[in-house]
Amino acid sequence: MSRHTARAAIAVGGTVIAALALAGCGQGFSSGGSSGSAGGLTSSKKPITLMIGSSGDAETKAVQDAASAWSKKSGVDVTVVPATNLSQQLSQGFAAGSPPDVFYLSTDAIAGLVQNKSLKAYGDMLGNKSDFYPSLVKNFSVNGTFYCAPKDFSTLQLIINTDLWTKAGLTDADIPKTWDQLAEDAKKLTSGTTKGLVFSGEYARIGAFMAEAGGRLVSEDGKKAEADSAANVKALDYVKQHLNDGTFAYAKDVGAGWGGEAFGKQLGAMTIEGNWITGAMQSDYPNVKYKVVELPAGPAGKGTLQFTNCWGMSAASKNQKAGLDFIQFLTSSEQQLTFSKAFGPMPSVKSAAATWKADNAPLVPFLTGADYAQGVPTNAGAADVIADFNSQLETLKTADPKTILQSVQTNLEAVVK
Amino acid sequence: MTAPAAPRTASAPRRRGSSGIRGGEGVAGWLFVLPVVLILGVFLFIPVLMALWVSFSDWNGNGSPLSPSVSFIGLQNYADVTTSGGLAERNFGLSLRNNAWYVLLVVPLQTALSLLLAVLVSRAMLRGRGFFRTAYYFPSVTSSVAITVLWLFLFSTTGVVNQIIGWFGGHGPNWFQDPRGLFHLLAGTTPGPEVLTQGKFLGVTWWEWTAGPSVAMFAFILMAIFTTSGTFMLLFLAALQNIGPELAEAAMVDGANGWQRFWRITLPQLRPTIFTVVTLGLIGCWQVFDQIYTGTQGGPGKTTLTPAYLSYQASFQDQKWGDGAAIAFMLFVIIILFTLLQRWVLRDRPVSRRRIRAYQPKGVRHG
Repeated sequence: MSRHTARAAIAVGGTVIAALALAGCGQGFSSGGSSGSAGGLTSSKKPITLMIGSSGDAETKAVQDAASAWSKKSGVDVTVVPATNLSQQLSQGFAAGSPPDVFYLSTDAIAGLVQNKSLKAYGDMLGNKSDFYPSLVKNFSVNGTFYCAPKDFSTLQLIINTDLWTKAGLTDADIPKTWDQLAEDAKKLTSGTTKGLVFSGEYARIGAFMAEAGGRLVSEDGKKAEADSAANVKALDYVKQHLNDGTFAYAKDVGAGWGGEAFGKQLGAMTIEGNWITGAMQSDYPNVKYKVVELPAGPAGKGTLQFTNCWGMSAASKNQKAGLDFIQFLTSSEQQLTFSKAFGPMPSVKSAAATWKADNAPLVPFLTGADYAQGVPTNAGAADVIADFNSQLETLKTADPKTILQSVQTNLEAVVK
Repeated sequence: MTAPAAPRTASAPRRRGSSGIRGGEGVAGWLFVLPVVLILGVFLFIPVLMALWVSFSDWNGNGSPLSPSVSFIGLQNYADVTTSGGLAERNFGLSLRNNAWYVLLVVPLQTALSLLLAVLVSRAMLRGRGFFRTAYYFPSVTSSVAITVLWLFLFSTTGVVNQIIGWFGGHGPNWFQDPRGLFHLLAGTTPGPEVLTQGKFLGVTWWEWTAGPSVAMFAFILMAIFTTSGTFMLLFLAALQNIGPELAEAAMVDGANGWQRFWRITLPQLRPTIFTVVTLGLIGCWQVFDQIYTGTQGGPGKTTLTPAYLSYQASFQDQKWGDGAAIAFMLFVIIILFTLLQRWVLRDRPVSRRRIRAYQPKGVRHG
């Protein structure tokens, strides 16, 4: 009995050790990667892998075209990998020690990757560094270090269904400039199954009201939680009041997946969305006429949220020099305007603004928003807090705004340090 | 050393002679199973051990978890999700709450339904038995993703289910967007009594624990019953067909009616199958993931968050690999505990006095 067990143990143990050795060889330990601070760049002859989280065929093709154009110029091969689940595939890449060289990176993922030293901070080495909008640079800076080049961005503004607008007897003079006017317009536009203003019930939309009231979740320098401020309470009170009087509604409550769908199906005469809505309107609801105006000012003036992505570079990349050159090419004014034409995002550089405004006259309010837009919190763990905030916002109609914001404050304080 | 399979003394007892012509068999045996041992080791055993290590370490997802920069931090990850008082604890508490209600409703209902279906389709005189068997089994072979998408359509605000409710003058909820708990709905959604809203367990108030499954989770519960009862019906069907007719005939001679024959004769003989079905059901229900991932991602209001999905989210989305691994291992322990519990419940017991009396000729016979 004991002899048998012992022998079995030895056999299994030997196998485990052998297998561990095998697993070890296969992994190619990258010993944590080089430090995240701005240091020297690696350089080699290896091809570059670019992983993107594409919105569709148009985007994938545009990026592939850009990659092959740069490839021809630089002589470095580029493989474009469209990810089906970007954050998951990136995590797997980093864990396995074989991340893509360059990748799309969202604001809520940056802090985590900085923390585990997966990210190369190359921001200060960009030749066109001063051309990016300062608020975007701030979005991609952690502890004062500018990590990665903003890819493009969008802001939230008010979208109005012009047919329903005129049908309700409203004119251009009625375009809301204040919260009161917005409420009044919404009331006039509410009839039958159509609500005045429909938007997604989440921080990424309601946060615009918070900005207009002068509030934010995390202080501008990212070091203090400010969720339970009086301004934020005022914003949620305003939204709650009009959700309850039936002139505002969440998209989900009228049976739509998001604000754009509710707007396209005319379940809402107005909505709050970013410039990605134009693509959806074009493909899904080509008969709905609309125009984009700036969101009304709140008690503290104009305000909106901005969303952006950057071109992340892996700290473990063997080819960072070429990567930097590639990113500079991708973020050049010219290339960004090409992207804009292909799939609609707004260029992240100021030098492209004039041309973009001329080419996209009806969408100008989105770009105007860049002057006063605030970014979403980027602290590590903030995404989790916002997810919890969103789950509480779903019940805003009956809940107490102050209680909600206090719980968000507590949760934020735990991650903002 | 070259022939380790030949022990010198007669200490190897029962089996066969320890040396001689068959002495090399041990080596040969090991040689034959080596590929399987290797494959299981590399792809199952070692990953499990590594995950266990990750749950006790501060690995942050960059490079190998076995590199020297990763250190042992004891039970910190476990504490993070159970006693930190923060969001991680609340999320874990909510996920356990949601999944517990899911298990509590799905396991008994799917077992009962599959048994009922099996009894129905095992009847010899039923016309079109084949058709019914296929029809019931069909959802089980369809991919869970496809079924989830179908369910999202059926239970949308303007979906088929709500239209049918509409025929009867009712007004169906916005199923997958409704975070209200069923029991709270039935009780009228007033804020709960002070006693329940004050105390907390795992960051979730007792009032929230008693909310029951949310409307969204209830739709998933219906779906789980719909998809799995076909599979389990098949198990019951096989078991039913293995039961010989003699006992039932004997009971008939004794004057037992159909219900008594089922309850006293058939069901006890199905005990091993019930055990299998309940065990499989428990494991499957505690591990529910695909539906949540494709359907609601834990929403609305985190009421469809489950430990399996939370573990994925903590690891891949939040880069908290230690937390994710810790959740996975706690889930593993929960599953083991529940399996042991139901094994204990379904154990073979000596016949109770009351039961014995029923079979004694002069005792009081009821029913």
